[in-house]
Amino acid sequence: MENWSLFSLCVLLGLTSRWAVSFHSYSGAGKPPMFGDYEAQRHWQEVTYNLPVHEWYFNTTNNDLNYWGLDYPPLTAYHSLVCAYVAKLLNPEWVELHASRGYESHSHKLFMRATVLFTDILIYIPAVLLYCFYFCDGFSKQKVATALCILLYPGLILIDYGHFQYNSVSLGLALWGILGLGLGWDLFGSLAFTLALNYKQMELYHSLPFFCYLLGKCIKQGLIGRGFFQLAKISLTVLVTFALCWMPFLSDPKQPLQVLHRLFPFGRGLFEDKVANTWCSLNVLIKIKTLLSRETQLFLSFALTLLFILPSSLKLLSKPNLWQFKLALVNSSLAFFLFSFQVHEKSILLAAFMLPLLVKDGLLLPYVVTSLAFLFLSLYLLSHLTRTNEPLFWYFPFLVISVATFVWLEPPAKFPDLFPVLVSILSFLHFLGFIIYFNLVQLMEPQRKKSQKKTN
Amino acid sequence: TVMAAPVTNDQSWFFALALGVSFLKCLLINAYHSTDFEVHRNWLALTHSLPAAQWYYEATSEWTLDYPPLFAWFEYGLSHIARFFDKEMLVVQNLNYASPATILFQRLSVIVADVVFFYAVKECCKCLREDKGKDLLGKPSFILTVLLLWNFGLLIVDHIHFQYNGFLFGVLLLSIARHFQNRHFEGALLFSILLNLKHIYLYIAPAYGIYLLRCFCFTQSNADGSLQWRSFSVVRLVTLGTIVLSTFSVSFGPFIGQLPQVLSRLFPFKRGLCHAYWAPNIWALYNIADKNHLIVCSYYERVKFKLLDINKLPKASMTGGLVQEFQHSVLPSVSPLATLICTVLSILPALFRIWHRPNGARGFLRCLVICALGSFMFGWHVHEKAILMAILPLSLLAVESREDARIFLILSITGHYSLFPLLFTTQELPIKIFLMLLFTIFSLTSLKTLFRKGGALLNPLEATYLLGLIPLELICEFVYPLTVWQKTFPFLPLMLTSVYCALGVTYAFIRLYISLLTCSDSTKKIKTQ
Repeated sequence: MENWSLFSLCVLLGLTSRWAVSFHSYSGAGKPPMFGDYEAQRHWQEVTYNLPVHEWYFNTTNNDLNYWGLDYPPLTAYHSLVCAYVAKLLNPEWVELHASRGYESHSHKLFMRATVLFTDILIYIPAVLLYCFYFCDGFSKQKVATALCILLYPGLILIDYGHFQYNSVSLGLALWGILGLGLGWDLFGSLAFTLALNYKQMELYHSLPFFCYLLGKCIKQGLIGRGFFQLAKISLTVLVTFALCWMPFLSDPKQPLQVLHRLFPFGRGLFEDKVANTWCSLNVLIKIKTLLSRETQLFLSFALTLLFILPSSLKLLSKPNLWQFKLALVNSSLAFFLFSFQVHEKSILLAAFMLPLLVKDGLLLPYVVTSLAFLFLSLYLLSHLTRTNEPLFWYFPFLVISVATFVWLEPPAKFPDLFPVLVSILSFLHFLGFIIYFNLVQLMEPQRKKSQKKTN
Repeated sequence: TVMAAPVTNDQSWFFALALGVSFLKCLLINAYHSTDFEVHRNWLALTHSLPAAQWYYEATSEWTLDYPPLFAWFEYGLSHIARFFDKEMLVVQNLNYASPATILFQRLSVIVADVVFFYAVKECCKCLREDKGKDLLGKPSFILTVLLLWNFGLLIVDHIHFQYNGFLFGVLLLSIARHFQNRHFEGALLFSILLNLKHIYLYIAPAYGIYLLRCFCFTQSNADGSLQWRSFSVVRLVTLGTIVLSTFSVSFGPFIGQLPQVLSRLFPFKRGLCHAYWAPNIWALYNIADKNHLIVCSYYERVKFKLLDINKLPKASMTGGLVQEFQHSVLPSVSPLATLICTVLSILPALFRIWHRPNGARGFLRCLVICALGSFMFGWHVHEKAILMAILPLSLLAVESREDARIFLILSITGHYSLFPLLFTTQELPIKIFLMLLFTIFSLTSLKTLFRKGGALLNPLEATYLLGLIPLELICEFVYPLTVWQKTFPFLPLMLTSVYCALGVTYAFIRLYISLLTCSDSTKKIKTQ
């Protein structure tokens, strides 16, 4: 069968699963007064449509920052504005200032889900297809299998179409950035990644590899001459993109400061809720949250993040090729996740350990189905195509058992949070193992096999 | 590229496909379900709460039991498991009860019952004549498995609209497979059971009857394929008869006293000629001819005489959703008897053909599809879901012969498209489009690759007709609702869909007939792979 038909079948399967998941409930459904992320997105449409730009990030009588204030960079705000215009066309009640708080209806849900699907089709899915087409080694069947696995990745589907977010935009733009760099279009890649960064500040996790890769490449080309020229062009692209995105906020020096203040809320603690990183896990043994002062916490997390990120970045700087770049992306994001400040579980987007969040949203059924399907499918396909006996097969029953335990057993009354915490700690240990493993791989460069490495 | 043999055994792909489609079905648990959901819940309730003697008299709900007794026993069995999900669904008075547990249970019962279908598909794959392919995606058995397991019509009718067709078609396909494997007694038994599960399969009973009589009771044929009267085996006839009669007696036995009541429930002829959403059959075209005349006449009359109020002219209920008597205004009205005669006439040539020159099991299958299609085309109160009875068995023939593949493509694409009006909610719109594209792209490309020798599979006219479905869908579902006419003529998109699809279905019917009547003996049959 021809490639195009196989790829389109993968896309259609991915789209069907996405839309089928969207039938289920969303974050904060029917839970006044605060509701959830869904209401946050709707609220941002309301705010950006009705209020002038200079009020978006400020606490005014019309804009109560305590009720889901904007805390993503300007591109998200512009996206919400565009959605709001469409919403106004369909039903003005959806974005009425103040009056539309907590608005919930079937048609509104369809509209919101449709906006996610639209941006997915526009940005994320083409990026995945191009990535698999150009950057996967192996037969065309392997490329198609990879595309299928990525498109069916439950974490993204569940967060975007279940819980409700727009991660496909930022991840898609970042993927376009990676594509650009891979094809040698450095300017395009930088542009795409800068846009991703301006959509969600979480993309900072990936920023250091991008920086080191490009810098390393320029250095390799010679800092005097072509390399310098290239560096200048890239820097200019990045600065101009930033300027364009932040233009409405540059008129008054207070504006960008406030935006930054919203984006990086150092006022909040080291972590919130149960997240599978070092601080949360450590907190079980030593109560660091209360033991150390906020400044010390900040310094500690900064230092450790830097420590874990430095080896990989320096290696990339010295050897700027694509394989190093991909590994550095993994290492960098893991390091940030494990050690930085105010991390949310969503930052990891890893299916099996998102359970606590999704059960809260009433998304247990789609979660179980998509995760099992994904695990089964990727194990099946990859073991067939790489012809190895994946030791990961034992993982499958292990995860099933842990999921079952979490769902059906009641935790002892003394420790009501026992299971979420256990899951977090378990995941944390996994991630710690991953970061050590991937760092070793990147630094030591063992003999690379012909088979394709799945690193992203 | 040639791929080396996969690490795991050869049959793992079947398991992967089956599991994959089951996962998809699980994701659709929360989708829209039609009144058929309540129908089955009601049957669960009444079989559970009432003694068997009252099952066919019970009329608290409007959805009375109108399937044969074996299906009622099936529901009875299910109701015992339903107890553990939600006891309230088993109370007959709880009309339209649809708690999350109820939905979960009913959906899961359909998904689990599909195991029968999986087994049947596996058996059908074994009956394929040739199963060699360069790689997995080109193997006829793989293509057949996907065409059956991932059949678009079955997915949306069973797992969204809500019915138990997967399980029933599993029994049918298994019976067909048994006949292919020359295990005729089992095939006959399975078919009798099927008839007692859902009597709509009476449509294809003539094919079974003639085939079994001709090929099984007459044990031998002459060299040229004609009948050898002396090879009649009374033993076989009697055994077959015993099997059929005993199945029916087990099924209807407990209800022997109320037979008229049961039959009146099973065959409610009070319903109209056409179901609410017109099935794309001959009567749709007939209605259009009638309606056109009516529309033209009434407009003329209104303009000319300004007398006749359009509401005074008799016309059918076009606003969908209800089933009523249909009086044709200009052309002669059609009665149930007339449709029966038309149906019988349409399938008679095929039956004669397999009597005269049976082509073995494949000829039987072709005749079966023709019977199903003929009854669909001319039958009384046909539901467009019935097109599946022709599409699914035809899949078997489609992976073996070029001409059948072409007929299958036309029939399945138009047949599946005609099912679109079943899912009319906005939420399900993307799903039905994605799944339809999925199945269509797969069937087109895989069959094209299978029969790549010998030019294009579809000629330009056929391809244009099929492509015309895209603008039709855009108009009916996107453009039309935004126009003024949506209020005055809300039935127009449905009518357009039915008529357009009726053309394709009729074309497929004719071609299928031609291929049956002109195909030579199985020994001399040209292999087209």
